Amino acid sequence: MAKRSIVPFGPQHPVLPEPVHLDLVLEDETVVGAIPSIGFIHRGLEKLVEKKDFKQYVYIAERVCGICSCGHGMGYCESVERVMGIEIPRRAEYLRTIWVEMSRVHSHLLWLGLLADAMGFESLFMECWRLREKILDMFDRTTGGRIIFSVNCVGGVLKDMDGAMLRAIRETVDQMEQELEPIMTTFIKDYSVQLRLRGLGILSREQAILQGAVGPMLRGSGVEYDTRMLGYAAYGDLDMEPIVGTDGDAYARCEVRAREIVQSFNLIREAIDKIPQGPISVPVKGNPQGEYFMRIEQPRGEAIYYTKGNGTKFLDRFRLRTPTTSNIPPMVEMLKGCQLGDVPLLILTIDPCISCTER
Amino acid sequence: MEEVKPDVRALAFARQALKNLFMKPATTSYPFEPASYPERMRGHVELVAEDCIGCGLCMRSCPPGAIRVDRQEGIWSINRFDCVQCESCVNACPKKCLKMAAGYTQPETEKAEERFEILKKQEK
Amino acid sequence: MQVKEDINEIRPIEKDEFLSEIICLKMDAWRLVQICAVRIEDGFELSYTFCKEYRMVTLRLITKEQEEVSSITQIYPCAFMQENEMKELFGVPVRELAPDYHEKLYRIDRETPFKEKG
Repeated sequence: MAKRSIVPFGPQHPVLPEPVHLDLVLEDETVVGAIPSIGFIHRGLEKLVEKKDFKQYVYIAERVCGICSCGHGMGYCESVERVMGIEIPRRAEYLRTIWVEMSRVHSHLLWLGLLADAMGFESLFMECWRLREKILDMFDRTTGGRIIFSVNCVGGVLKDMDGAMLRAIRETVDQMEQELEPIMTTFIKDYSVQLRLRGLGILSREQAILQGAVGPMLRGSGVEYDTRMLGYAAYGDLDMEPIVGTDGDAYARCEVRAREIVQSFNLIREAIDKIPQGPISVPVKGNPQGEYFMRIEQPRGEAIYYTKGNGTKFLDRFRLRTPTTSNIPPMVEMLKGCQLGDVPLLILTIDPCISCTER
Repeated sequence: MEEVKPDVRALAFARQALKNLFMKPATTSYPFEPASYPERMRGHVELVAEDCIGCGLCMRSCPPGAIRVDRQEGIWSINRFDCVQCESCVNACPKKCLKMAAGYTQPETEKAEERFEILKKQEK
Repeated sequence: MQVKEDINEIRPIEKDEFLSEIICLKMDAWRLVQICAVRIEDGFELSYTFCKEYRMVTLRLITKEQEEVSSITQIYPCAFMQENEMKELFGVPVRELAPDYHEKLYRIDRETPFKEKG
């Protein structure tokens, strides 16, 4: 007869990257259930939309999350632009695409580093983060900020990139791709990495859909869904296919993210080749009236931006459903049946961002 | 995705680790070497007080409300601790007398507003 | 490469056919995307968004302020986070919510801060 016990886990724990609390129900060492609880860092940013006008709110939307800040700003702007029926210049759409793809590289490299750290592969962790620094330097040079760069505005972007900057990004990307090669090989082929990740935390295709997983979680379980295929911003012109894993285990999620970095490199190169000349923003007149559900693909998965305007400069409601909100229920599902020692690694494989979740 | 064969090699990362041992560090030893800031860096807001007309557009555009413009007293003040370096005031300024400069603000022991005197000409 | 245009369908729905419609969506393997509440005059406007492949449909339910809404956690268990959030921030009375966090999802000082404007 197995002995049942409940282990409180988090929000402060040496192996946990984010402030999430879990009550783990254990039978001996096996997890049979988990109750998640969040709420340690709720900031009420959605409410601020009633106090700041819709143009100022871009800066708040960007501060929802540190890693995918550019994407949040862009998602908010795109939703407002669709409500107001503004068509932004093509060059601005390309610039947004380049910055968002660079953010994806940055986010995935950060996550791969954290994963290597969770596996105890210290030198791999440092390699990933050293590579990530190159992308941050490019952000610094093109926008003036390393993490939060406030380049989006309703009606376009605030900063242009000249030819020298685009060439520098291209060179950095080419160089990074070469340096990524040994890291990729290690993540995808290395024996010890496979031993640690294969068959761990399996989420079946049916469960992934039923539990509402998004992003690399969903694609790792074999569902071909990537909102970039909808062709918002400049993605309509670029050549891409969603990257899909098959096994639905921790290894598949790792592989999807690792391959998405290379995909992002290709998208950045293609966007730089195709970028048209022209203005970078259009003047915005009037106030938003109407509603729109915008979905964009963040590094962590699909995010929903709901905007409802009432004809004044303050929006009625702005709702941001971030990827981690959707990924917590499938995480609870996949924790069932795993060992206690694997819990931190499995929490990490959803790439959690609790400050996003609570906003 | 194709089936990947596990790569069974002992010390697969040893080469890279050895390389790192003899390589120049990837970081700069900051206090001894000056930090290099790119041209567009958003460090802090600077005001050219002579050109300021005290219109207050920067105050209204500032998302955290760090800027205060007092036309009566002729004071333009900024609370550096509230400023988030979003460059919103710089974009709003009609006289282009605000600019983002490189270099971060220094740590302080007390929170205080930095004040600039504006509109000196009109007073005379 | 573009596959489908971004369809933004919002389908108003009555309360008596709400749960049966959601069961139909579940049988058809739709994925729950998001749940959102908006405060309107004397009531709430609830949006339940579902996704299948690249199609997205939003069910729109209008309720009175004190009117109870059935939870969909019996059908989509993953809805618990967002329904708890809706209950806690807006004060939408949700019935048979499982698991119910009883206003303890977020550690906030004020009860239902999003219910009233300002």
